[in-house]
Amino acid sequence: MTDAVDAVTVAGAEAYPRVVAALIRVTGDWTLAEDCAQEALTLALERWPRDGVPGNPGGWLMTTARNRAVDVLRRAAVERRKLRELALLTDPEPAPAEAEGTVVDDRLRLIFTCCHPALAPEARVALTLRTVAGVPTAHIARVFLVTESTMTRRITRAKAKIATAGIPYRVPTGAALVERLPGVLAVLYLLFTRGYDADGEPAFADEAVRLARLLDRLMPDESEVAALLALLLLQHSRRAARRDPDGNLRTLDEQDRSRWDHEAVAEGLAVLARAHRHGPYALQARIAAAHATAPTPAATDWPAIAGWYDELARLHPSPVVRLNRAMAHGLAYGPATGLALVAEARAGGALDGYPPALAAEAELTARRGDALRAAALFRDAAGLVASAAERRALLRRAGQLDPAG
Amino acid sequence: MKYLMFVCSDTEPDADPSAAPDIEQWVAERDGKGQRLMGSVLAEPSAATTVRVRDGELLLTDGPFAETKEVIVGFDLLECADLDEAIEVARRHPMAYAGRLELRPLVDLD
Repeated sequence: MTDAVDAVTVAGAEAYPRVVAALIRVTGDWTLAEDCAQEALTLALERWPRDGVPGNPGGWLMTTARNRAVDVLRRAAVERRKLRELALLTDPEPAPAEAEGTVVDDRLRLIFTCCHPALAPEARVALTLRTVAGVPTAHIARVFLVTESTMTRRITRAKAKIATAGIPYRVPTGAALVERLPGVLAVLYLLFTRGYDADGEPAFADEAVRLARLLDRLMPDESEVAALLALLLLQHSRRAARRDPDGNLRTLDEQDRSRWDHEAVAEGLAVLARAHRHGPYALQARIAAAHATAPTPAATDWPAIAGWYDELARLHPSPVVRLNRAMAHGLAYGPATGLALVAEARAGGALDGYPPALAAEAELTARRGDALRAAALFRDAAGLVASAAERRALLRRAGQLDPAG
Repeated sequence: MKYLMFVCSDTEPDADPSAAPDIEQWVAERDGKGQRLMGSVLAEPSAATTVRVRDGELLLTDGPFAETKEVIVGFDLLECADLDEAIEVARRHPMAYAGRLELRPLVDLD
């Protein structure tokens, strides 16, 4: 019984995007495709425990969803062409080595369509989660702090726009691919951070890693795709060490490095070796790799990290990147250097009300030897964060520096 | 698919006007490829007349239906395979630099 339910879960996670993608390609109807894929999963939950798990679970789901779509379309009496194409749609079960063919291309098409720049940015992430990853709308709504009906409207509106505006179901090529790929990578990275944040949904981080892996398998020559996968693997490798047994956040310095996922680190480094360009994800991945390969915090190669941040700040001179660069320089070349760069990054009020800016100033101030001032800054930062776990971590740091405060 | 491309002015044009392509060349190329079915420059909004019928009575107003800083200065009717093709057509129009373009698909009632 449990085995059969597990089989549905596993086959569902594996086959769902392929089934949805294939049905969308043939019918052009996003809602129909999703409904039929969901119905196939529901039917599997009902039948597999009773009749046994089929030899090819993914193929069973595909056939069942296809038959359902044929029924619906037949009732709606749509064009014969779609029905003929549906009848030819068969088992999507991928061999692991398979890196081409319509099945794989379907999923890639789906990702690119969900991340089309003509859709609102928040809709892209939601649509990717819903359609490519099969995450229930209620679940997505919780993480984005909106009601389920708001999220349903957002997703429905995005799907309607895809149909009415004529957004193609296609992976762009050439110059268009170069333009569009960063948008897709941004959605995956946002998905990951939504899972990785202190109060985030860990399953989203797993999902982002899975999708990045898929994208990397489908586009093995794209340097920034490999770089993003490496970055996610390296950050994700620390997930078990990020909290103490009471659920409090631990900084990089405080983490028990033996609890890092060293297999993920090794894989991340291997993938990173394929990222030949110095794009923004490659630079961030190299920074993450420098942390991941340091046996102790003291052994961290801060001058190297400061150098990667210099390059990153040239590509993306955003206040947040400049703040991180300031911190790296502070740890590489002394707190005075770092504090001067923090002041530069904050010029013009760019980081006002941004707690990490106060925390960075606090950390560098502590290292300069002014414990009381540093503790006060940590408390200021704690007063600004929304996450309870982050607030506790900042107050704890303040308490270490100024136990009387 | 058919798209009506509204050609609009913008209060914040591109900083480098010399980067904008030539309009004559755009029209010739798009017509040649069958991507532009028709189009025209419009007279300024002050020449507009707004028409309504309410309770059987004709109501005329001088000027456009909405007073905005950005105004529609022209239009083109495009025939493209999909939105990506329409975007490629629009990005080559000089008013993508000097103003803004809005792509609105026509509803196919068939």
